[in-house]
Amino acid sequence: MSDVAPLIAFEHVGKGFDRGRVRAVDDVSLTIRAGEFLAIVGSSGSGKTTLLRLANRLIAPDHGVVRIDGENIADSDPIALRRRIGYVFQSGGLFPHMSVADNIGITPRLLRWPAEEIASRVEALMDLVRLDRQVHRDRFPHQLSGGQRQRVGVARALAAKPRIVLMDEPFGALDPLTRAALAEDYRALHQDLDLTTVMITHDMAEAVLLADRIAVMRGGQLVAQGTAADLAATDDAYVDELLQTPRRQAERLQALLPRGSAT
Amino acid sequence: MMLWSDPRWTDALSHLPDYLGSHIRVSLAALTLGLLISFPLALVARNRPRLRGTLLGFASIVQTVPGLALLALFYPLLLALAALSAQWLGFSFSAFGFLPSVLALALYSMLPVLRNTITGLQGVDAAITEAAQGVGMTPRQSLLMVELPLALPVIMAGIRTAAVWVIGTATLSTPIGQTSLGNHIFAGLQTQNWVFVLFGCIAAAALALLVDGLLALIETGVQRRSRIRIITGILAVLALVAAALVPSMSRARQAYVVGAKTFTEQYILAALLTDRLQANGLPAIQRTGLGSNVIFDALAAGDIDVYVDYSGTLWANQLHRTDIKPRAELLAELGETLAARDKVTLLGQLGFENAYALVMPRKRAEALGIRSITDLAAHAGDMSIAGDYEFFSRPEWAGIRKAYGLDFRQQRQMQPDFMYAAAASGEVDVIAGYTSDGLIAKYDLVVLDDPKHAIPPYDAVVLLSPKRADDAKLRAALQPLLGKIDISAMREANLRASGNNAASSAADVANWLWDRIGAPH
Repeated sequence: MSDVAPLIAFEHVGKGFDRGRVRAVDDVSLTIRAGEFLAIVGSSGSGKTTLLRLANRLIAPDHGVVRIDGENIADSDPIALRRRIGYVFQSGGLFPHMSVADNIGITPRLLRWPAEEIASRVEALMDLVRLDRQVHRDRFPHQLSGGQRQRVGVARALAAKPRIVLMDEPFGALDPLTRAALAEDYRALHQDLDLTTVMITHDMAEAVLLADRIAVMRGGQLVAQGTAADLAATDDAYVDELLQTPRRQAERLQALLPRGSAT
Repeated sequence: MMLWSDPRWTDALSHLPDYLGSHIRVSLAALTLGLLISFPLALVARNRPRLRGTLLGFASIVQTVPGLALLALFYPLLLALAALSAQWLGFSFSAFGFLPSVLALALYSMLPVLRNTITGLQGVDAAITEAAQGVGMTPRQSLLMVELPLALPVIMAGIRTAAVWVIGTATLSTPIGQTSLGNHIFAGLQTQNWVFVLFGCIAAAALALLVDGLLALIETGVQRRSRIRIITGILAVLALVAAALVPSMSRARQAYVVGAKTFTEQYILAALLTDRLQANGLPAIQRTGLGSNVIFDALAAGDIDVYVDYSGTLWANQLHRTDIKPRAELLAELGETLAARDKVTLLGQLGFENAYALVMPRKRAEALGIRSITDLAAHAGDMSIAGDYEFFSRPEWAGIRKAYGLDFRQQRQMQPDFMYAAAASGEVDVIAGYTSDGLIAKYDLVVLDDPKHAIPPYDAVVLLSPKRADDAKLRAALQPLLGKIDISAMREANLRASGNNAASSAADVANWLWDRIGAPH
């Protein structure tokens, strides 16, 4: 991984809140390669959301540097930066007074794309995230199910053809079936569109199933990173604890479905 | 009942276009100004807790000031500003009527707009504003595309509240010279013409409901993205504005303006003066219901051209004199001083006096052997006295008390028209009435003598504004009135006007008075 220049790099990044009394992110260094799917796992208060927000300048670090394509993002225009990075918010973050089409087309509109181009992009994206154009185009967020809202959230993040997508617990509030379907769909999109994705989750099982690499945060610090196999090999007690749940699930599934029929 | 066939409805209706038009103009101007100030202030203050607290505190305090007082305060303030502007900038403006009303009402409209705009914007879910930032909106885009649309229902509710308040409170702008639906109400209250009062209230309420309804239409139009509703609402508001502007365009600009204070006699005399001017081919309009603190300044500033005041009032309030001189001497000195100091012309006396007088029921006075204030002094400790809203703070009262050593058990203030009935019924023992009031005879009351001449003379005098000082036509038109109205004529006129019947309008009584004092037949 060291021979390829990272697309996103956190270099000794720190961020405190409440006049430094709370150290949300404490000296974190982390790199993400182009095309990689990274999951950041941690319990609430571990600093994972803060770390994600530092990547598109929703907040600024107290010290350290965040680079994208080698460039210190503190030197770039934050508005332009956010427009070229997709961001999927927890429980959607959709604008309740805008239709599905207007929500999806918002970033292209801010970038002043021609109207026809926005319209055709919105249609393409609705196909991509498997929403019915005819049915859903002119609906408002409150008329959608939780899963449909999150699909709109994903489509909105992808609208301006970003290379990077940041996701803040995108599937957390959904029922397990919807969640699995949406996660799989997204993983395919990540592959097909050659995206670089950083996803936050508190669910280690989800991270293991979706991500190429997993970073574990605790108390603002990065305690471990690597593939699922790498993590399984560490002797860090906290990482081990986090891996307990997926392991048990796997064992029970193994026991309940011994033939290992297709999932 | 005959209520709806009463000819006073027609009379009230004939004033409606003028009053309603002025009412709409002043209300909408105030509301527009209030919005132009409050809305940007709310945007600036929404993320600054200290400024927000200061602004909302200020607006709340303004709200606690009674509407009438707020309006009245703006008049002297603007008058001082106009004088400063004339001195330093070389131009002056009218501190009368429209301007002070618009400013005071605009101030009054601020609280609901400020509070609802700030509350509405703060009520937008933080997750939504963060998403606006996340998709790449600038703070301005976030405000315009996300926060304001989401806060709109709350903001509109504030604007609608402000509109209803302003339209209601605008009725109180009559005493500072702004014609409004309050003219119906003030005139009606003074002349006990309940048809006028009711008419003014209904018209103001209907206007408030109409504007509220139109704003609601625009609001639901925006929410439901219905162009038809938005356009209908906006067109209707514009139509209202246009309709309000038409009569003011067509009104004769050079009309003489006759002023009147807020009591019955003044309404009658203003109607009489107006009739005389019009009969002599001079276009004239009335500005009635003016506060007694406002009216002289308005005349001196040329906002009104002519009105009737009383020598004793001017002596005390304008010349700040507390000494008392014989009638003729006082008049002469008053005329000279006003001409020299204010360029105001004292044209002459009408012939009667409307002096303050201590008044009590005849039977009670006879039973107690009270003929003069000197006799009254011995009984005052067991008695209550009522006066109008200003009497007890006037120098005359201090003078009477001092001269006779009066000390009443209780003092009460009340609406002048109700005092006489209160005295007659024994609700109070003595009232500070007016000598020209017809109710003195009606209720069988008696005016107590003032042997020590503690009460100054109150000759009714006609005053002309500086710019009309040399107006020969005006002088000629008013000349036939001078010295012709004696106390019994005025008393009867006042009594007629206080009646609650169809012939009691100020205009009708003015006609009767003109006939009585010898109109050339």
